[in-house]
Amino acid sequence: MKNPYLPIPMILKKAEIETSDRLLRTLELGFKNKEDEESFRFIPGQFCELSILGKGEAPFGIASSPIEKTALKFTINKAGVVTTALHQIEAGSEIGIRGPLGNGYPIDFFEGKNLLVIGGGFAFTTLRSLVAYYLHPENRTKVKQITVVYGARMPGLLLYKDELLEWEKRDDIKLVTTVDWGDKDWKGKVGLVPNVLEEIAPSSENTCAVICGPPIMIKFTFPKLVALRFPNERIFTSLEKRMKCGIGKCGRCNIGHLYVCKDGPVFSYAQLEKLPKDY
Amino acid sequence: MMFNLDKKDFDHFLKDLLETHDLFAPVQLTEGVSVFKKIDNPGEVSLSQLVPQKSAKEVFFPQSEVMFRYQIAGNQGPTVSEQKIERERILLGARPCDIEAISIIEKVFTGEDYTDVYFAEKRKRTTIIGLGCNHPLSTCFCSSTGGGPFNRAGSDLFFTDLGDAYFVELLTEKGMAFRVNKFFKEADSEDLGLMKEIEDKASQKVDRTVPVEGIEKRLDLMVESPFWDRAHEKCIGCGVCTFLCPTCHCFDITDEAVNQKGQRVRNWDSCLFPIYSLETSGHNPRPTGRERTRQRLMHKFNYYPKNFGRVACVGCGRCILYCPVQFDIREALVYASAKRGKGRKGKFK
Repeated sequence: MKNPYLPIPMILKKAEIETSDRLLRTLELGFKNKEDEESFRFIPGQFCELSILGKGEAPFGIASSPIEKTALKFTINKAGVVTTALHQIEAGSEIGIRGPLGNGYPIDFFEGKNLLVIGGGFAFTTLRSLVAYYLHPENRTKVKQITVVYGARMPGLLLYKDELLEWEKRDDIKLVTTVDWGDKDWKGKVGLVPNVLEEIAPSSENTCAVICGPPIMIKFTFPKLVALRFPNERIFTSLEKRMKCGIGKCGRCNIGHLYVCKDGPVFSYAQLEKLPKDY
Repeated sequence: MMFNLDKKDFDHFLKDLLETHDLFAPVQLTEGVSVFKKIDNPGEVSLSQLVPQKSAKEVFFPQSEVMFRYQIAGNQGPTVSEQKIERERILLGARPCDIEAISIIEKVFTGEDYTDVYFAEKRKRTTIIGLGCNHPLSTCFCSSTGGGPFNRAGSDLFFTDLGDAYFVELLTEKGMAFRVNKFFKEADSEDLGLMKEIEDKASQKVDRTVPVEGIEKRLDLMVESPFWDRAHEKCIGCGVCTFLCPTCHCFDITDEAVNQKGQRVRNWDSCLFPIYSLETSGHNPRPTGRERTRQRLMHKFNYYPKNFGRVACVGCGRCILYCPVQFDIREALVYASAKRGKGRKGKFK
C-alpha cells in the first residue's frame, strides 16, 4: 500500500523575494529522485503540501505551469510557523512535498472559449500557472482571448513583476493591473478589482471567468460578473481553507458534502450557490 | 456455525489468543469508566460496561498516532521510518454500534483515490468479535439508525452472553478460522433458543422512534434555519461528543521534534473547536457555535449521507450520556423532522 502521507524529497534550487513588504518568497524546487520527477504530472490550479520536517506542513498552490520543466514553483506568504521556516530555508536544502492534490482548473471545459482571469494580491499563484500554461506556443490555440485583471494594494505587492512586463508586450493577452494606492511610477489603474472589472466590462460571450483572491474580493466580484451576464456555470474560483491531510480524510476543509482539498480547490459559482457559506 | 463457550474457559480462550494475536478489548480503568486497550493478560478484559466511554474506533484510529519518525542528518537529508504492524489483531467485545461505526469510518479512510494506510492496515489485520447487548441503555437508539443491539454486520465472530456461557457464531471467512478451537463446544438447540430469547427482549427495549429516515432531505432545507441559532446556545464547545463519538474521524497533523529527531503525529480533532477552522489570516469560516453545531449535525445526517448513502450516526448514545449540558441529539433530530409551522415553532431546549 502506498502511503499518501509520506512526503517526497525536493531540493530548493533558488528562492527569491517577490514583494516590497518582503513577505512573499518564491521557491523553485527540483526533484531529488528521478522517478518522482517522472511520475509527477499536474494541471494548473492543483496544489501541494510542502513540509519541513520538524516544523510541519501546509498547502500551497503550484505557481509554475506544467509546461515549465525546469522547476516546481511556489510562492509563500510568511504568516506562521511553517511559512516562516519556508522563508528561512536556504538553497540546496531539502523540502518534502506531497501532491499534486486537488482538481485543478477545468482546462477541458475552457477549451475553445475566451478566458477572463481575475486575481487579487498573493492569490495570483495558480492563476499565473494557468496563464503561463496558455501562453506557451503549444497551448495558445486552446483558448481564444485571454484577459487578465490583476490587483494588489500597492505596486510593490504585485507578484511576478518581470513576467507581467513580458505579458504587457504581447498582443495575444490583455493585461489590466490595478492597485489601491499607486506611486509616481505607476501606469496601471487605481481602484479595487471589482470596480475595475465593471469599468473594463469584458464580454461574457463564450467566456469563462476565473477568480482567485482574498474572500472579500471574491465576494464583491461575483455580483459584478453576474451583472456582466456571466452564467454561474462559467464562473470559477479557487478556494482555500485550513487544511491538513489534503486527501479528504482529516475532515477539516469541507464545505457541505464537498472537500476543498479533494473535490476542489476549484469550484464553479453554480456549485458554491448550492453549498452552505462555510468558506 | 454455532458454538458454546463456557465462561469458565473464557480466560484460557483469551490466553490462547494472546499467543498468536494482539488482543484489544474493553478494560475498566475505574468504576464505570472503561476503554478499549491492548490486553496483556486475560484478567484485564471487562465486558460488563455496555458502552465503554471511548469507542472501539481507537483500535484502528488511535487518539494520538505517530505517522512516521525522522532523523535529520547533516546534508544527507532526513531519513524517514514508518512503523509496521507485526501481528494479526483481534478486537474483542465491541458492541454492534461500534462495529457499524468502524465501517462508516472505513468508507472515508479507504476510497477510490487515496487510502489511509494507517487505518486500512489495522483494519485488514483485525478479526472482530462482536458482543450483543442484553440490556440496552435508555440512551441507546441503534435501531433508529439502521442497526440493533444484536446487529451482526461487520462482526467476524459474534458472542451472546447466555449467563454462564457465550453463544458463539462464526460469520465470515475470518471467523471460520476459529471453527477448530478446543474451548468451543457445539451449541445445542437450548443454547440457540436462549440466545434468540435474549436477542428479542433486548431488541424490544431499544428506541426505534428517533426520526432518522429521510433526515438528509429535511436538513437540505434547513441550512440557514433559525434552528441553529437555538441549537448551539447551550453548547459550551467542549468537544466531548466528538471525541467519544465512534464515527467522528477528524484529525490534526503536527510535527514534534527536538533537535535532529522528530515525528509527525496525528491527533483527534473536533469541529466544535473554534481553532479547528481558524485560518492564519484570522478569517474563520465557522466563527460561532451556530456554524460549528451545524457542522457537527449536518456532517452526520446530511453531508456524509450524500457521499456514502447512510447516516454517520450509529445511535450509541455516548454524546447524550456524557454531554455536560445535556444536549440531546435525538431532540435535535425530532425538531428537524417536525412539519413546518408545527414543531418548528416548538421549543428546542
